[in-house]
Amino acid sequence: MTTQVPPVETATPGVETERKTYLNVTKGFMSWAGTLDHKRIGLMYLIGTSAALLAGGLFALLVRLHLWEPTGMLFDNAEYNQVFTLHGVFMVFLFVIPAIPAALGNMILPLQLGAIDVALPRLNLLSFYLWVTGAIFAILAIVAGGFDTGWTFYTPYSLYTQQAVGLIGMGVFILGFSSIFTGLNFIVTVHKLRAPGLTWFRMPLFIWALYATSILQVLATPVLGITVLLVAIERLYHIGIFDPRLGGDAVLFEHFFWFYSHPAVYIMVLPAFGIISELVTVHSRKPLFGYKLIAFSSLAIAIISFLVWGHHMFTSGQSTYAMFAFSFLTFFVAIPTAIKEFSWVATVWKGSIALNSPMLYTLAFLIIFAIGGLTGVILGALNVDIHLHDTYFVVAHFHYVMMGSIALAFFAGLHHWWPKMFGVMYNETHAKISCALIFIGFNATFIPQFIMGSRGMPRRYATYVPDYEPYHKASTIGAMVLGVGVAFMVYYLVVSLLQKKRAMENQWGGVTLEWETPTPPPLENFSKPPVVTNEVYDYSKLDLETTITPAK
Amino acid sequence: MSHDDHHSVVIPAPGPEFKPHTVAHHFDTPVQEFQSAKLGFWLFLATEILLFGGLFAAYFYFHEQYPETFVVGGKQLDWRLGGLNTCVLLLSSWTMAMGVRAAQTSQKKKLLMYCGLTVLGAAIFMVIKFFEYKAKSDHGLFVFSEMLGGYDTATGQLPWFTDIHGVMAGVPHGHMFFAIYVTMTGIHGLHVIIGAGLIIWIMFGAAKGRFHAGYYLPVDLVGLYWHLVDLIWIFLFPLLYLVP
Ligand SMILES: [Cu+2]
Repeated sequence: MTTQVPPVETATPGVETERKTYLNVTKGFMSWAGTLDHKRIGLMYLIGTSAALLAGGLFALLVRLHLWEPTGMLFDNAEYNQVFTLHGVFMVFLFVIPAIPAALGNMILPLQLGAIDVALPRLNLLSFYLWVTGAIFAILAIVAGGFDTGWTFYTPYSLYTQQAVGLIGMGVFILGFSSIFTGLNFIVTVHKLRAPGLTWFRMPLFIWALYATSILQVLATPVLGITVLLVAIERLYHIGIFDPRLGGDAVLFEHFFWFYSHPAVYIMVLPAFGIISELVTVHSRKPLFGYKLIAFSSLAIAIISFLVWGHHMFTSGQSTYAMFAFSFLTFFVAIPTAIKEFSWVATVWKGSIALNSPMLYTLAFLIIFAIGGLTGVILGALNVDIHLHDTYFVVAHFHYVMMGSIALAFFAGLHHWWPKMFGVMYNETHAKISCALIFIGFNATFIPQFIMGSRGMPRRYATYVPDYEPYHKASTIGAMVLGVGVAFMVYYLVVSLLQKKRAMENQWGGVTLEWETPTPPPLENFSKPPVVTNEVYDYSKLDLETTITPAK
Repeated sequence: MSHDDHHSVVIPAPGPEFKPHTVAHHFDTPVQEFQSAKLGFWLFLATEILLFGGLFAAYFYFHEQYPETFVVGGKQLDWRLGGLNTCVLLLSSWTMAMGVRAAQTSQKKKLLMYCGLTVLGAAIFMVIKFFEYKAKSDHGLFVFSEMLGGYDTATGQLPWFTDIHGVMAGVPHGHMFFAIYVTMTGIHGLHVIIGAGLIIWIMFGAAKGRFHAGYYLPVDLVGLYWHLVDLIWIFLFPLLYLVP
């Protein structure tokens, strides 16, 4: 892949030259837009997905503001439908699915494997441009009048609404291929580019999690692709497959959609598990409890997740026996998930815990994920789900997983690897304040939603009966606190880049391979290929000197 | 971006009409490069199969729902033309395999010839498919000029399905068979066109001498893609033309 000309060394005698890192080795727009370097692509993904997060968050705040009053404050019903759809589509397809694998994973996976790059760098760049194209389609769809189907695009409504569903459908199709190519690339990279001595059971758990995620991305996403393609074809040609008026079946769409979208929940959450596994051990300075159990539970979750999609359709009309099976298998997912949660807690127990900001985010995750997971078991029960289906209880449950767990794990990973990526440190006090704001704001937003959901408040309504007003008001205040916390985080992270306060070579004392290269890493990661002789997370091998040497 | 420590591996060309191949900088050996690309491509083929899997699921579901529609609809298709196309694709799979063999043995002219024959096969397939579509269009089973005609919910009339001879009159939702037929064969046809384009791209590379015994990876991968296109048709043909 020798498309880039090696930089000409212009060392003037007597002038100390800056060390060449992946950030400054080449300059100019094209050196980024045409880069094949996994770290630069990861960084571009990080910027893109963060922008999507902020946009999606803004839509969420608008939704919450609107619901301050029972009659609605800002929008008419049609506009409200568009705003919550925008929130869902931006968050799910542009942020949560790509954020951890494509941004942090791209950055860290080859480093942790001791590789120079991912196996297929050009495919990696293509995947990024597909993401950009998908984002452009989403923006075009907004310009063309918006879309109001919710992020689930349920038929037959999505077939007939006079809005830009075709455009956003194409966008989701393209984003799907972006996700497939990232997953495919990671699978090949893990199989073929592990450093000598890095056996499967010496791999950091972040890699295991990304590997399990990649399998899901490759196997589940094509079904979403064909589903949204069929919706687009249906809208253009009226072939009738999903249209009951033409003899088609709208429930078939739901089966297709959830066959992808339930595994997609694990596409989103498994990388988060990976980050948490990594961080609990580093910040407790203790090998992970139950390493193999955590690794295999990722694979178990990946497999079972293909067999539970029907739990989204308990009220849609399917055979009773299928519902028993779907409900039982849904409970079953709780076992490997609980194995992880307990292993993390056992890792922290009696560790020498350093309450750094990444660790604070991790601890917040452990609490929030326990609630998110357990309420999932409640919803998996057939009779309870009939009552709670399509209420705010469901909304609160999946936000505890999607926002509370995944976004928090993303923030945790971002704070953990920020010094590695940029060689600079943010203000730790600020980071702790923002973590506290996010944790408090998040719970204040969604605990009221659990309560009003269990009392019957339906999701996606633009107005509500006044009985629910106190819950909605509390939820809106919580969302504002959450928004302030995230805005503050963006502020101090940007400031850290401007102030350039040097981070340490090995800021947290990690022993995985990404800390064995200079901070920030040079273009080809390792000056000589690393050879792994240690077991994973063996902190007796930590070179303490590197944790107090400032990065150059 | 070669680094001092990562000197690139170069595979020499077997003759003056060929070009040497430089192994990508992040691989240590040509074997590692070959295996990585191959594994990645097999995974990609798996996603293609799953994509068609959704269509096959829809086929089986509606076959179950409206069996008579599928029986009567299937009889409207000409199994002789479908069978001929099956033969054409099978033959083109063979020529493609011979092309890969020619690349592996550094026979530049043979590679070009077999690739050319495969593209010819693809063209014959698409021409036959066009006449099949046209015959159905003339009978009002799916009128191409009316495909974008929308759907009048008041009268329940589908402009693209007029069924001039009333062949589907006795069965429920007669358009459903042709909707599935045209979607499945249409998406398959798109794959035939993409495959032919890839083979033409291979021919340009072959003319420049890029492929030889030391490096034939792209030929191998495009060959695999073409066999998949063939394989999907092998399933489509009996399901649409013969099962009813
Ligand atoms: Cu689910």
